[in-house]
Amino acid sequence: MADLPAGERPQLAPPIDDTGVLGWMRRNLFSSWGNGITTVVLIVAMVWILSSFLDWAVFTANFTASVGSECRGQGACWALIREKYRYIFFGSFPYEQHWRPLFAVIAMLAMLVMSADRRMWNWRLLVIWGVGSFVTFLLMFGQIHIPLSLFLFVALVIGGSGMSLRKGIADTGEMTAYRVLATIGAVGLALRIAGVLPTWSLAIAPLSYVETSLWGGIPVTMILATYGLAFAFPYGILLALGRRSNLPLIKGLCVGFIELIRGVPLISLLIMASVMLPLFLPSGTTIDKFLRAQVAVILFAGAYIAEVIRGGLQSLPKGQFEAADAMGLNYPQKTLLIILPQAIRVVIPPLINTFIGFFKDTSLVLIIGIFDFLNTANQALVDPNWAGFPGEVYLFAAFVYFIFCFSMSRYSKYLEVELNKGTRR
Amino acid sequence: MRNITIAAAVGFAAIAATSAATAGTVLDAVKARGALICGVGTGTAGFMLADSQGKWVGLDVDVCRAVASAIFGDAEKVKFVPLSSQQRFTALQSGEVDMLSNNTTDTLTRDTALGLDFTAVTYYDGQGFLVNKKLGVKSAKELNGATVCVAPGTTTELNLADYFRANKMTFKPVVIEKVDEVRAAFFSGRCDVYTNDSSSLYATRTANVPPPAKPEDFIVLPEIISKEPLAPAVRHGDNQFADIVRWSQYAMIEAEEYGITSKNVDEMMKSDNPTIKRILGVTPGMGKALGVDEKWVYNIVKQVGNYGESFDRNVGMGSPLKIERGLNNLWTKGGLQYAPPIR
Repeated sequence: MADLPAGERPQLAPPIDDTGVLGWMRRNLFSSWGNGITTVVLIVAMVWILSSFLDWAVFTANFTASVGSECRGQGACWALIREKYRYIFFGSFPYEQHWRPLFAVIAMLAMLVMSADRRMWNWRLLVIWGVGSFVTFLLMFGQIHIPLSLFLFVALVIGGSGMSLRKGIADTGEMTAYRVLATIGAVGLALRIAGVLPTWSLAIAPLSYVETSLWGGIPVTMILATYGLAFAFPYGILLALGRRSNLPLIKGLCVGFIELIRGVPLISLLIMASVMLPLFLPSGTTIDKFLRAQVAVILFAGAYIAEVIRGGLQSLPKGQFEAADAMGLNYPQKTLLIILPQAIRVVIPPLINTFIGFFKDTSLVLIIGIFDFLNTANQALVDPNWAGFPGEVYLFAAFVYFIFCFSMSRYSKYLEVELNKGTRR
Repeated sequence: MRNITIAAAVGFAAIAATSAATAGTVLDAVKARGALICGVGTGTAGFMLADSQGKWVGLDVDVCRAVASAIFGDAEKVKFVPLSSQQRFTALQSGEVDMLSNNTTDTLTRDTALGLDFTAVTYYDGQGFLVNKKLGVKSAKELNGATVCVAPGTTTELNLADYFRANKMTFKPVVIEKVDEVRAAFFSGRCDVYTNDSSSLYATRTANVPPPAKPEDFIVLPEIISKEPLAPAVRHGDNQFADIVRWSQYAMIEAEEYGITSKNVDEMMKSDNPTIKRILGVTPGMGKALGVDEKWVYNIVKQVGNYGESFDRNVGMGSPLKIERGLNNLWTKGGLQYAPPIR
C-alpha cells in the first residue's frame, strides 16, 4: 500500500467467488444457510422427479408393442399413441381419406396465421376467411351446395353495408354499385321467398360426402372453436353496442340475453340444444347435431365477449364519440372507424383469455355425443386391446392442447405490443 | 365486420342438414335414404367403440349391422350416431336415429312412458362380484363377512344389501364415490370384493389391474344378483321395422343354435335339414313375411356372423374382455338366449 502514490489505486479484480456462475450461485442460491439447504433439497427433488419421469417416459417406455398387454408392467406405452394417433386426430372420418381433415386443419391454421397479421386487417381478411372456410368445409364435407338465396343475401349485405359505411366517402359510381347490389339482393330474395325464382343451388362436389356424425378429433375442436369465436366476436360486438343503446327495447333484449346466457353453464345450453330442441321441432325434422353444438357455442361465447367488449367501450372518453359526431359521421361509420378500433385494442388481453377458455371448453360437446379431440382421446382408452393407459393418452392430449393455447397466448402478447406502439413511451 | 358475420351465418345455415318430415314408415324412410341410422353410445369396451381405424365395432354395433344386412343385404349400409346417455331417448323419439343399440336396459317405464319398443335382449347383464383368486372363493354364497367395495347411491348398493340379507350373510361396505377410486381401493386390497354390473367388472379386470398382478389373477363369480337386460329399442308406431330388428337378432341366435356360421354358411345352403333351408331362405317364405329379401339370414350370418361368433369376437374368449357366456349362452346350453322358431 505504501508503495503507491496517494490518490491512485489499481482496479483489482473482484474476488473469484463473486463473479461468473459461481458468484451468481452464491448470491442467489446460497446466500444463507437456510437458502442453501432449500436449494439443495429442491435440486435433489427435481432431479429425482425428472429422472423418474424420464425413466417412465423414455428409457423403459414401449414404442413398438402391437397390443396393450405387451406394455403391461413397463414404462410409458407410447405404442398406444402410435396405434391410435390417427383416430385421436381425425376420429371416425373414413380412414383412407384422412388426408382431407389433415388438409382442412392446415387450411384453417393457414387462415388463422394469416389473419393474425395486422397488415391483413382490411378487405383481405374477408378474402382469407372466405377462401379458407370454403376449402375447409369442402374438404370436410366433400360436397357443398350453395343455394341461390345465399348469393342474393350476400349481395344484399354487401350492398347495404356499403351504402351506409361508405356514405359521404365513396364517389357516386361506387355508391351506385352498392345500390344496385342491394336492390338485386332485396328483390331477388323477395322473389325467391314468393316462389317466383326456382330453388337452384351451385353444387360443388369433387369428393365423396362425409356427414358431420363422422367428423372427429382436431378438425372438430378447431371448427367449433374457430367458427364459434369468429361468429361470436361480431355477435358479441353487436350485443355490447346494443347494451349501450338508447332504445329501451334493444337495450332490454341485449341485457336480458347476456344475463340469461351468462347465468347458465355451457353444458346446460348444449343439453338444451341436443335434448330439448328436437322435441320442439316437428317430428321427422332434425337439425344437424354438429350445427346445434356450434350455434350453442356461438351464443354462449357471444355473451361473454359482449361483456369484454363493453368494458372496452366504457373505457373510451366521451370526447371520441362527440368528435365523431362533430365530423358528421353516421352511426355505422362512427362505430366501425372510430370507436371499435380503440375499444378492442384495450380489451385484447381479456379477449384472448376468453378465446383460450373457449378453445378448451369445446371439449364439453362430449355430453351430446360429438367427438372432439379430447373425446377421441378418451375413446382410444375404451378399446379393450389398449385399455389401462390413461396417463399416456392424456399427456399426449395435454401436449397438443398446450401447443394451441400457448401459441394463442404468445400471439396476444405480440398483439398487445404491436397495438400499443403509439402509446408506449 | 357486420356483413362478414351475416353472410357467414347464412353460409352456416345453408350447410345445416335438414331432412324433411317423411309421412311414410321408418322402413320406407330407411330404404329411401339407402342407409340405416343407428344410435350407439359414446364408447363401452366390447359393446360399442370406434377402433383405431375409426370403424365402429362391438356386440351392440353388430346388431345394427345385422339389421342393415337384412334390409339392404349389405352390413356396411349403416350410419352410426354416437349418443350420450342423456340424449339417447330424445334422439330416437325425434327421429334423429332409426334405432338405438346402446346398452340400454329394458324396463317397463322406458317401454311405455318413453314410447319405445324394446326388441330382443342382446346381452343379459346384471350385478356381479369381482374377487382375487387368492381368496379361494368359487361362489358368492361363500362371501359371508366380506368387505365389499361399492359406489354409493346406486341400485348397485341396494341390490348388494338385499342379496346379503336374503342369504343371511353379513358384509362390510366400503363406499367410495368415484369409480376409479373404488377400483383402486379394491386392487390395493382394501376390500375382498368389488361389485358392479358384470360387463363392467370384466372391463375393469381387462384394463385396470395394476401390474405386476395379471387380469387372470381375478375372477368374476358366477352369481348375477340383478336383472339388466340390454336390448335395442325402436320408436312406437312402426311394427314392421320393429319386427325386422327383432328377427334380425333372433336370426343370429337361431343360426348359432343350428350351427350356421359365417364360415360354413355357403355349405349350409345345400343342407337337407328343412329348418336350415327355411332359415337360409332356400325354402322361400320367411323373407316375404318379414318384408325383406329371402336371403336375409344368409346375408346376416355371412357378413356379421351368428350370435356366438359376435359374442366371442367382441366380448367373449376371442376378445381381451374374456366374458363367460353364462346367462348369454343358448338355452340349449343352460343360458337364456332363446329365439322363437323361424317358420
